[in-house]
Amino acid sequence: MLQIQQLSKKYKGADKVSVSNLDLKIEEGEIFGVLGPNGAGKTTLISMLCSLIKPTSGSFKINGLNYSENKNELKQLIGIVPQEYALYPSLTAFQNLSYFGSMYGLNGKQLKEIILHYLEKFGLLEFSNKKIEVFSGGMKRRVNLIASILHQPKILFLDEPTVGVDVQSKNVIISHLQGLNKQGTTIVYTSHHLNEAEHFCTRVAIIDHGKIIIKGKPKELVANHKNAHNLEDVFIELTGKELRDHV
Amino acid sequence: MYKLWASIKKEFLLLTRDLGGLTILFVMPLVLVITITLIQDSSFKSISKSKIPVLMVDNDKGKISSTIFEELKEQALFDIIIKDTEEEARDLVFKGTYQLAIIIPENLSTDLEKKINQNVEGVLAEFGLEDEENPSENNEISIKEVRLYFDPAIQQSFKTSIKSGIDKMISEIEAKSIYKAFQEQLSDDETEVSFNSEKFISFKEITPKLNDDEVLPNSAQHNVPAWTLFAIFFIIVPLSINMVKEKSQGTFVRLRTNPVSYATVLGGKTAVFLLVCLIQFVLMVLVGIYLFPSIGLPTLDVSGKLFLAFIVALFSGFAAVGLGLLLGTVANSQEQAAPFGATFVVVLAALGGVWVPVFMMPNFMQIVSNLSPMNWGLNAFYNVFLRNAGISQIVPDLILLFLFFLITTLISIVYNNKKNAV
Repeated sequence: MLQIQQLSKKYKGADKVSVSNLDLKIEEGEIFGVLGPNGAGKTTLISMLCSLIKPTSGSFKINGLNYSENKNELKQLIGIVPQEYALYPSLTAFQNLSYFGSMYGLNGKQLKEIILHYLEKFGLLEFSNKKIEVFSGGMKRRVNLIASILHQPKILFLDEPTVGVDVQSKNVIISHLQGLNKQGTTIVYTSHHLNEAEHFCTRVAIIDHGKIIIKGKPKELVANHKNAHNLEDVFIELTGKELRDHV
Repeated sequence: MYKLWASIKKEFLLLTRDLGGLTILFVMPLVLVITITLIQDSSFKSISKSKIPVLMVDNDKGKISSTIFEELKEQALFDIIIKDTEEEARDLVFKGTYQLAIIIPENLSTDLEKKINQNVEGVLAEFGLEDEENPSENNEISIKEVRLYFDPAIQQSFKTSIKSGIDKMISEIEAKSIYKAFQEQLSDDETEVSFNSEKFISFKEITPKLNDDEVLPNSAQHNVPAWTLFAIFFIIVPLSINMVKEKSQGTFVRLRTNPVSYATVLGGKTAVFLLVCLIQFVLMVLVGIYLFPSIGLPTLDVSGKLFLAFIVALFSGFAAVGLGLLLGTVANSQEQAAPFGATFVVVLAALGGVWVPVFMMPNFMQIVSNLSPMNWGLNAFYNVFLRNAGISQIVPDLILLFLFFLITTLISIVYNNKKNAV
C-alpha cells in the first residue's frame, strides 16, 4: 500500500535533517504507528506523505501512485486527520462536513446520508447544526476525523488524533478507527500515547532524529527487550530519558 | 463545477455568520460617503451662506479703503471686523482666532489717485491734451502694499482663492479709478459718460448635455462614485483576512490535501466577494438617490447611467477581488494582511485621484497614477456619471480592470502552487 524509499527532508535554514533516508513499507490493512519523541520527524513524515511538504530527496508510492504523476487520483485515495482542528469554527458540524465532502466529489443525498451516518456513529447527530466553535475538544476531534473519512479513503493518515481529548472521546475514536480498518482502510498514525499505540497498532516504528530505530509488532518489540514490560519501556530504552524540546 | 458551487456556498455561509463584520462591510462605506459628501457640500454652502470673519486695519481712511470695505461686504463672503493696529490683527490671526487680516496701507487713496492722474496726464500729453490749469505734481510715488495675514493652519487652496479674489477686486478698483481719471481729464461735465467701465469679457461654463439638458455636476455625482470605488477596493481587507484565517485555522491545510484546485477555492471567494462589491455599489447608489435629498444633499442623478455604472462597479469589483486574493495568498498572518491591505487601498486611492485630481499631481505621480486600478475605475465612473460617456468610452478602463484581476489571480495561483509544490 505504501512504499517509502530513501525519503529525506531538510528544512531551509535547519541544522539537521528532519527525516533522513527513511525506508518503509506498509501493507494494505495495517494499522501502522509512527512513534517518536518531540522533533523526531513524525509530523514531517506524515506531511510529506500527504503532499503538504516536498521531500528533499527520495520517493514514495501509495497504491502504486505518486504525486508528481497522479496528484488528484492520489488525493482521492488518502485521508488526513491533522493535528489541529482543521474546521471552520463559525460553520456547523454538518456544514463543515458537507463542504469537505464536496471537495471529494460527494454531493446531494449521498453526501447527506454519509454525513448523518458518521455523525450518528460518533455520537454527534444531535449537535449537527451547532457551530464548531461551541464544541468541546473531544467533539472537535471527532468531527475532524469524520471530515477525513467521508470519502472512504484507502489509506488514512492521523497525526496525533487523540491528543487533548477525554477518555470517552478517545475510546470512540479508536473504536471507529478499528472499525474502519476492518472495512479495508490502511491506517498510518502518529502518537505520543504509547499505551494506546501498543493496543491499537498492528505494527509500529519508533523514529528518532529522522531515522527508524526499530520497527515491528508491538508485542514482539516488548518481548525482544528483556527489561521492557510495555512499549513505553522499549521507547525509553531506545530514545533515552532526556527532554526533547525543540523549536 | 460542483466543487466551485460548494466553495461559493461555504464562503457565503462564512460571511453571513459574521453579522457584525458583514454590517461593517456594508454600513461603513455608507457612513463614509454620507460624511464626505456632507462635509464637501456644507463647506461649499458655508462659503456661500455663512461669513468668514476677516480683520481689516484701515490705515488709509480714504475712498479706496472704504471701497474695499464695501466690496468685501457686498461679496457676502466676509464679515469685516475693523482693528486699529496691524500688530493686533497679526497676533489674532497667527494665534488662529481669525483666519485672515487685510492691512490697507497709509495714503492708498491719495497716492493711487496721484499715480493714476500722473499716468493719465502723461498719456494725454502725448496727444497734446494736457491739462494746463491743474497739472499734477510729478513726484515719485512709492508702490503700495496691501498686506495679508493668514492663519498658518489654513489650507493653501483657500489662501490662493482668497488672494486671487482680493487681487481681482483691487485690480477692478484700480481700473475704475483709471477710467474716472480719464473721464475727469477729457470732460468738464462729470455726469457725461465717456467710458463704459462695465466688463466687456465675461465667462460662461459649458457643461456636458444629456438629451439637450445641461448636466450640472454636484457633490453627489463626484463623491458617490469615488467613495464607492474606495469601498469596493476595501474588500481586499476582509478577503485577505478570510484567506489568512483559513491558513491559521488549519482548514487550508486540509484543502491542500483534498482533490480540489486552488483556482476552484479562489473561484468561490471571487464570486461571493464580488457579490459584496455589487451590493455595496447598489447601497451607495440608493443612498445617493433616496437618502441624500432627505438630508439636504444633492440627489445622485443616475438617469440613463445606471447600467453602465453597474458594469464599472462589476469590473472594479473584479480588480479589487484579484488584489485581495493575491494579498491573502502571500500574507501569512492577519497582522500582515490587515494593515497592509488598509494602507495599500489608501495609497491606491490617493494615486487614483480620489482625493487630489490626477491632473493636479506632479508629472511623475501622474505617470504612476496610471498604474492604479482605482484610477481606471474612477475614470470609468466619472466618464459615466459626469461626462455622460457611452460604453465605448469606458471599455479601455474595463479591459484594464479585468486584466488586473486575471493577472493578480494568476500570480496567486502560481505563487501558491510554487510554494506548496510536492
